[in-house]
Order: sequence, then C-alpha cells, then structure tokens
Amino acid sequence: MHDLIPITALGGTTAHVDTIGDTTLTELPDIALASVAARAGQETACGAKLRDMLGADAPAAGKAVFGDPFSALWIGPDQWMISADFATHEDIAAQVSSRFGRCASVTEQTDAWVCFDLSGAGVNAVLELLCNINLLQFAAGDSTRTSIHHLGCLVTCIEPDRLVRIMGPRASAGSLHHAVTTAMTSVA
Amino acid sequence: MTQKNRLGGGQVDRNTTLTFTFDGKTYAGHPGDTLASALLANNVRLMGRSFKYHRPRGPLSAGSEEPNAIVELRSGARQEPNTRATTAELFDGLAARSQNRWPSLAFDAMAVNDRLSGFLTAGFYYKTFMWPAAFWEKIYEPIIRKAAGLGSLSMQADPDTYDKGFRHCDLLIIGAGPAGLSAALTAGRAGKHVILADEDFRMGGRLNAETFSVADMAGADWATQSVAELSAMPNVRLMPRTTVIGAFDHGIYGAVERISDHVAVPETGKPRQILWRIYAQNTLLCAGATERPIAFENNDRPGIMLAASLRAYANRWAATPAPRVAVFTSNDDGHRTARDLHAKGVKVAAVIDTRADAPRSHDYEVLQGAQVVDTMGRLGLTFVEVRQANGEMRTVECGALGVSGGWNPNVQLTCHQRGRPAWDDALAAFVPGGTLPPGMVVAGAVGGQFSTYAALKSGADAARQALGLKGRAPRIPDAEDAPVEQTPFWYVEGCTRAWLDQQNDVTVKDVKLSHQEGFRSVEHLKRYTTLGMATDQGKTSNMGGLAIMAELAGKTIPEVGTTIFRPPYTPTSIGALAGRMRGKEFHPTRLTPSHVWAKERGAVFVEVGNWLRAQWFPLPGETHWRQSVDREVMATRASVGVCDCTTLGKIDVQGTDAATFLNKVYCNGFAKLAVGKTRYGLMLREDGIAMDDGTAARLAEDHFVVTTTTANAGKVYQHMEFVRQCLMPEADVQLISTTEAWAQYAVAGPNSRKLLQKIVDAEYDISNDAFPFMACGNITVCGGLRARLFRISFSGELAFEIAVPARYGDALMRKLMTEGEAFDVTPYGTEALGAMRIEKGHAAGNELNGTTTALNLGMGRMVSKTKDSIGSKLSERPGLNTADALVQVGLRPVDAADKITAGGHLMHADGPVDAAHDQGYVTSAAYSPTLGHMIGLGFLKDGANRHGETLRLVSPVTDLTVNVEIVSAHFVDPEGDRVRA
Repeated sequence: MHDLIPITALGGTTAHVDTIGDTTLTELPDIALASVAARAGQETACGAKLRDMLGADAPAAGKAVFGDPFSALWIGPDQWMISADFATHEDIAAQVSSRFGRCASVTEQTDAWVCFDLSGAGVNAVLELLCNINLLQFAAGDSTRTSIHHLGCLVTCIEPDRLVRIMGPRASAGSLHHAVTTAMTSVA
Repeated sequence: MTQKNRLGGGQVDRNTTLTFTFDGKTYAGHPGDTLASALLANNVRLMGRSFKYHRPRGPLSAGSEEPNAIVELRSGARQEPNTRATTAELFDGLAARSQNRWPSLAFDAMAVNDRLSGFLTAGFYYKTFMWPAAFWEKIYEPIIRKAAGLGSLSMQADPDTYDKGFRHCDLLIIGAGPAGLSAALTAGRAGKHVILADEDFRMGGRLNAETFSVADMAGADWATQSVAELSAMPNVRLMPRTTVIGAFDHGIYGAVERISDHVAVPETGKPRQILWRIYAQNTLLCAGATERPIAFENNDRPGIMLAASLRAYANRWAATPAPRVAVFTSNDDGHRTARDLHAKGVKVAAVIDTRADAPRSHDYEVLQGAQVVDTMGRLGLTFVEVRQANGEMRTVECGALGVSGGWNPNVQLTCHQRGRPAWDDALAAFVPGGTLPPGMVVAGAVGGQFSTYAALKSGADAARQALGLKGRAPRIPDAEDAPVEQTPFWYVEGCTRAWLDQQNDVTVKDVKLSHQEGFRSVEHLKRYTTLGMATDQGKTSNMGGLAIMAELAGKTIPEVGTTIFRPPYTPTSIGALAGRMRGKEFHPTRLTPSHVWAKERGAVFVEVGNWLRAQWFPLPGETHWRQSVDREVMATRASVGVCDCTTLGKIDVQGTDAATFLNKVYCNGFAKLAVGKTRYGLMLREDGIAMDDGTAARLAEDHFVVTTTTANAGKVYQHMEFVRQCLMPEADVQLISTTEAWAQYAVAGPNSRKLLQKIVDAEYDISNDAFPFMACGNITVCGGLRARLFRISFSGELAFEIAVPARYGDALMRKLMTEGEAFDVTPYGTEALGAMRIEKGHAAGNELNGTTTALNLGMGRMVSKTKDSIGSKLSERPGLNTADALVQVGLRPVDAADKITAGGHLMHADGPVDAAHDQGYVTSAAYSPTLGHMIGLGFLKDGANRHGETLRLVSPVTDLTVNVEIVSAHFVDPEGDRVRA
C-alpha cells in the first residue's frame, strides 16, 4: 500500500462542510468516477452492459440513475459518468472497463471533478442564484450540465428543493465553493 | 421638524417617524414615504440644480421617470450619485444631498450659465470647442465635465455585495398596477407559475395614487387585498422593488431587485441588489403610462410638476408641495388632480384648461381656453401668468402647478428588440406596435387601455390569452371606466425658454435651432440637442420634441418617428451587472495540485488563463527574481528540478479509429506510433497556420493521451470535438478531457532518473534501455499508486513527466522533495521553464502566435505529404512558401552585455529602419544563466540560411538598438544527447 496522503479538492485532508442558515454544503471526496462512452456501433451492447451494471436502463439525456454500488449520469450522446464509493472503487476505471470490454471507452474521472452535496430546506433558493436550471421542473433523477460562476458543472437533483449534487472542475473547487457559499449566505 | 405640508390619509405609517437629512438639515417622514414625498411634506420643493444652466429644480414626477430631483444618497463608500428622490424609499437615518451646485443649493455660483444661455444653446460644444484640436482632451473636456456633471463618486470601493440569479415562469407580468394584478390573479388562480415584478416598493401602481374605487372598496385597498391573495399562492412569486430593465433574446428578461436599498446598510451577507435573468414562457407587459408635460415659458420651477404626480403625492403620500396649487391641463385628467387636492383641503387657485369647452367646477375656478404663458419664483413657484381665452393676462398665485398634456404608454420594453411603436390617432400617442419581443403581450395603459376597468379587464384577458386558459372568463370587479379623451397640446405658442428635457436642459428653442441647422432626422435631433439622452432616457421629454419637430417639418408625429429604446429601462448600477464576479472572484481560478505546497514554499504565482502557476520559488536572501530563476535553471541543469505541469491540457482519445483521428488533427503522422511511445505533434488550422503543439502518448492500440499547451487546452478540445462530430462522424473515436484528473510533474535534469527510481515501484524499469527517450507507460509509484510516466523533455535535459491522480499530487510533490534531497532537488517555476525552453529552442505560445506556419517554425518537413490532415493542403499555399519566408532562428547579442527583448524587429546592420526593410522579429527572450548572456528566439526571412549574420535588433518602443548574431535556435545541447541520456 502506498504512503501518499490524499488531499481533497478544497485542499484539506478531510471533507469541507459549511452550514449557512438552512443549507449545508458538503464536499464529497469519497466518490470515484469514470466516464463510459459507447464505441461506434456498440451502442446497444453498451446499453445492455449499463443495464446490467445499474440494474436499470442507462439514464436518458438529462437524467441520472442511482444504484448500488454504481450510479450513472448522462453526460452526452452515448456517454455517461459512472460513480461509486471511492473506498471500494478507487480503481473504478479498471473495474468498469473490465465489465464493458471493447464495447465502450472508459476513462478515469475521479479527480477531474469536485463533488458537493447541497442540502437542506430551500436548496432551490440557493440554486437559482447560481445557475439557469428551470427549478420548476427539476425533479429527482434530473441531471444537467450548467454553468455556475463560469464553470461547467453537472447538477443532479436527488430530492427536489432538499438535496442536489453539484460536480464542478476540481482545479476550480475554491471558486465554486466561493460561489455556492456566497449564494447560501445571500438567502440565509 | 414640522411636516408643514403633510395632509390627512395616505399610505404612510404615521405611527412611526423616520428622521433623515437633506443637505445637512434634519427632517421627519414616515415609512411609506419616498425622499421626494417626505421633502415635499416638509415644505421643501427645491431638490436640485439642472445639468447645464444650473436652474433650481424640484420633482417633476412621483416615479422612475423623474428628470429633476436627482440627489446623492448616503455617505462614505456607500455614497451614490444621481439617484431619483422620487423612487428613493425613505429610511431612518437617510442622508441625502443635492448635487451639481456650488456653494449651496439655494445659491449656486454656476447659475451664471443661465444668464449665458444665449451662448449655451444646442450644439454649443460642437461650435465652440473646435479649435485647436489638441485642446479638446486636455482643456475643454475637463472643464466641461467639471461644469456640467451631476453627482460625485466616492472614489472608494463599493462595500456592498451584489448577486445574480435566474428564475423561470409560465408568465412574467411586468408592472403590478390594476392590469398586472388582474392578470396575476387570473394566472395564479389557474395554477400557473407567475412572476409579478414591479419597480415600486408598494404594488398597486396608480391604484395607490388615485381615489377610484374597485369592487366597492378603495382602489389601494383592492390592491392590498389582491397582493395578499397572490402572496398566499405558492405558484406566484411577487417581486416588488424589482425593475425589469430589458427584454433580451429567447424570452429572457433582465430584472434588478433592490434587496437592501431601503435600509441604511444591508444585512450582513445580504446583497444590495440582485440581477435576475427571468426565463419567461410568456410575458405580459403592464408597464402603464407616463403623463406628458406641456412646454411653456419657465415651466421648470420647483413646484411645477405633472398633474397626476401632484395628486399621487396628495393621495398616496399625504403631501402637497404647497398649500395653494393650480392645474394646467389639456384634458379631463388634469381636473382629477384639482378635485383630489380640493378634497384633501388644499386650496386650488385655478384650473387652466386649454380647451374652450373644459368642464366647470363648483369648488374652484376653471379658466377655459386659457394657457400658462410664464411663471415666477426664483427658487420655487410663486405665480403663474395666464393668458385667458379673451386674450387678457391674469396672474394666479400658487406654490405648485400640476401640468397635464395627456398620457404616453410606456412602450419601451416592447421596443428592445428593435420593434417600433405605432401611432394611435385616437389617443394621440404611441402604443405598442409592429413586432413585439416573442412571447410578449401587453395590457392596461401601456396598450392604451386607460380606464381602471379597461386595465383590469385587459389584464385578465391577456393572461388568459397568453396562457391559453379555457373556461369562463373571470368576473371583472366594478371600477372607474371614464372615456378616454386626449387633446394633443404640446407647447404654448411663442415660448422659447420652455423646457422639454429638464434633465439635459433642452428647450423648445433648442429643438427649433436644431431643425434650422439641418438636423431633421429624429436621431440627429437627439444627438445634436441631447434630448432624451439623460439618465431618464427622455421618458417625459421625447414626445414633446417629436411633436415640435413634426410641426416644423410639416409632418405628422408618426412620420417623424421615434428613436430606438434600449435597455436598461432605468439606470442600473454596475455592481448589479458584476454580481458575485468582482475583485479576485471576477473569474474563476484554477489551482494546481501542488498549490498548497507551493504556497508553503513561498512561491510567487502568475496567472496563466485561469490557472495560478508558480513563477519562481524565492529563497531567503534572494532579492531579485532573476536570482531565483537563474538558480532554478542552473540547479535543474546540474542535477534535478521539479515543475508542476498539470496545467497542460490532457485529452483522452480512445477508439479503434483513435490513431486515424490523430492523423487527421496533427500534421505529422501518428498511425505508426508504437504502443508505449510518445510523439511530438503539431496541429494546424484549416488555413495551414499552426494552431497548437503538444504530445500524444500511445498507452494502448486504441488509447492515446494527447497533451496541449496550457493556453489552448479548451480550444484544442473544442476543435477535436468538432473534427470528431462533424468531419469524422463515422469514426470510432471517443474524447474526454482529463486535464484536472491528473497531477503531472516534470522531473528534469541529469539526476531525474535517479530521483524517480526512488519513487517508481521496482517492477518498472525506467533505465535508458527499458524506458528510452519518448517512452510512456502506466506504472505504479510509492508502493502501488497508479501513475503514468512519460519520458519527454521541454527543458532539453534528461527528463520525465510523471502523473498521479490529482488528490495525491500534493503528497507526490512532497515525496519528490524529500527523496530528492540527496540530489539537491530544486522546484522550478514557469520563468525557469521559459528560460530553459528558449535555451533549447522549443517553440511556445510566443512562436505559435496565430500567424506562423510549420515552415516558419522550422518544422516544414513535419507536415506529412503522405496523408490528409487538417491544414496540410493550405499550408502549401505559395504565399506561405516563398523563398524568403520567415524561419525561426536564435539570437545572441554581439556584445554579451546587451539586452534582447521580445517584440523588437530585425534590420540589416546598415540601412534604414522601417517596415519596408524589416527582416523579421523577436518572439521570445531570456537571460540564459547557462550561457551567461541574454538570448532570443525570433523569425527571420530565410532564417535557416543566415546563421552567422549580424543584424540590428531595434525596438523603437523600448528605445533599443543592439547588434545581434543569428545562430541556431538550439543554444543548449543542439545534438540532443542529454534528453537521450
């Protein structure tokens, strides 16, 4: 076992948690991510593998599927982001790749992103300051790419107005954190 | 602190008294007051000085159309100039000051301009300050700015925060007057998602200012009741204090919500204002109408205001500018003012009506067919001079005069996408017409529905129509439904100093002069006279100007047409436009995985795009950056250095056609690159110019990792996606960015392998034989952590780039430093990196500058002729391949002490220094600690064949002329022995 101590995207050794008013922003370093893109002509086979892995059909455009151990977000035509618990799936790319064989291209994405859960009553009030998602229609299982603070982010609704997951570019975790906590303060 | 002019009733909370100051004097008001209403209640009519002539002015209106009562609010860093007293909500402790006067509002020395008005007519600046040209910037403009100007800036940073946000709705209703409230009730009761926005702090619009009843209750009470019902609906969002400032594309509206402007200091953490972008499926504009004044001689004295504003002050704010008032009107609406003020106990001296058949009253005198021809009162109105129908003059004593020339629908937002309003003959006014912004309909006064009942009905009807609501139409409450009759009357014959645009001091005479001097287009009139160009955007003045122009030109008003209305509808603070994006947060920052560590080491950072990169790492005792950089270069070349190169773009390219794909995007070949090998690649644009360079490492038959320059990472990824989706849609290629997923460090120097051997797990042989120059592979480090190793070199030394998942980047850097102690390992920054790459002759952004080709870069032969790649064909254009084409060369000063600077041009040793004799230019320069003098890279005509020649490097900008020798660009290790060691 190697002896390198990881740091979180915000630069700490433990996850950063901010509670402001009724909402809480929790950094989630313990999520492993890998992208899966169907190879040309292998879309059906890839879809079957995803169904097998998720226990449900692969999420359609703008949707997410939550499962155990794997969850998935749609991120592009025939392209998904797979997530799982980091502790058991640090090698998620290898694990997923071995399932898909040559029907999909798999790329490790774990540390390309910073993940936050934004939770609490009135999460929408924070979210509407941050991005142009139509929150009137943002239901559990909806997932969309949007711009927050000029950063391309993936926002997934887990429970409407209570819990959303925000994924943004890891190197800009500090800027994203600034934007979200400023908005949380605004509505607190 | 007596509120001498406070009347009974109104919608102010008399149980609470607020104290405030105006020009240092303390006054009292009540919650519900605006600054203007409170000042009027305190018998203060004089609130400002005009822009050009410094004439005493008081409020003309009671709303956002106000041109005159422009004041400075607050003090210190929160001081805000040019705010309208008529919309400023009163709060306890408000400090307001008049502006544009010296030494005081009552005695303003600059009022001498008024005496000089004969000279200061329209076009005065253009005619007077023409000569000499050089005087304009240094002398005339500063003087004019000082003399004119409005408020002053605090010159301090704004201490408040601002925010931005996004809201969506089925129906956006702009304006919460009778039409807006009626529409909101209709849509809200139908369960639709509604946003009702109003610029006022109290919803209700004119219902709050009139005495009409609605549904057998006071209109204001009906409004209150409706607002209460709406606020209980979860699907309706009420946004008071919110001005919709613009109608933008795709049904998106800009709206500024004033969260904290009605309190002294925003609550901690709360923004002062929020700029909302409202995404509306449908929009209903219920913006109402603005009363239009009549121009007559000296019509700008404090106390002269719009008639409906005069009664708004009386009815809503229980304030009158004076105990004795008069009304000058051309329509029945003016009589409402007289009735309401009379009912409030204010003495109505006379109603002067231009119509011979004006209705009479038992309560006050009506002068039929009469006109106001002049006024008196230095700092406030005292008398008006009336010419009666029989031609006799009569003086009427009054402290306030309500003026009504009819109403103009507030069509501005209907025109923000270049729509032109249509002329309505019956109303003698412009109404929304032509093409409205998609999804917008109008209701109420803005659509010419001037009665209360018509507004209520058109609001409900429009909401139903916009939302496609079926079923029985809702019952419209009983309300005033007087017929609308507007007799156009723009100005009193014979007047000259009669103000049309009070904020910019434009008179009837100015408009006539403009016409006389040939400015006949309405757009020319606007610019020549500045009519309508002030912060009120001519809300009360444009129509008057148009009417006079039309008369002079012998045209109708619609033939003259209007100028274009543009956003924002009312003045908007820059802070609201910036939102959270200010100071260091004006753009997002990208931090490398070693950032925390580098900060601990005292690194000096530089912004590279959004990235912060360590520029150098100063050691104690180093007082100049060159000392640090030179040391870093020497230490790296002597032993080993480490540099964070995470910022280079990394694109994962997979698929059975990955190699074919790279063959397309790079001008050199990749199909035959062996697995486990890396190759330098040059990408061309379609036009044959170099776009970016980098490397592609083949990790498997169907898997490459492409690196790009830091600056072009996003652009190259975009380009590659374009090629994948549009040029090679059939190919089996998948792309995804992995730039931030991996922490990547360059480990360079003769001891780099020895250092890495302490890190890389033993089962991976990285000896020169097993892992030669340009090798790459997946490895593990530090006892099992997955990593990638590339044997590539930017510095020209034996070098590697090692990548680990970003979360371990900090730890790996610390490990490299600890394990490297034995080799005196040195972290180096971008400056040392730059110096070393110039020493090695490697091209970077300075050379890939958007004008250079592979040939220019000395890589012409890299462009493969055996395959088709993007840009390869156009790189063969004759113009890019002349015999004397620029080719990259190295430069060294003939005198080693001389400087070389980038940007300078190369000229023959003798002869003229001009563009015609230009031989080339310098792209990069650095002090080479290795060679002990400055060196440079540049492009020189036929450069490959001119090594050894001496040229002059001239830079007129930096006043530099030095002799330089043309040499190979490879200053260090030209044979490349080190990189292969």
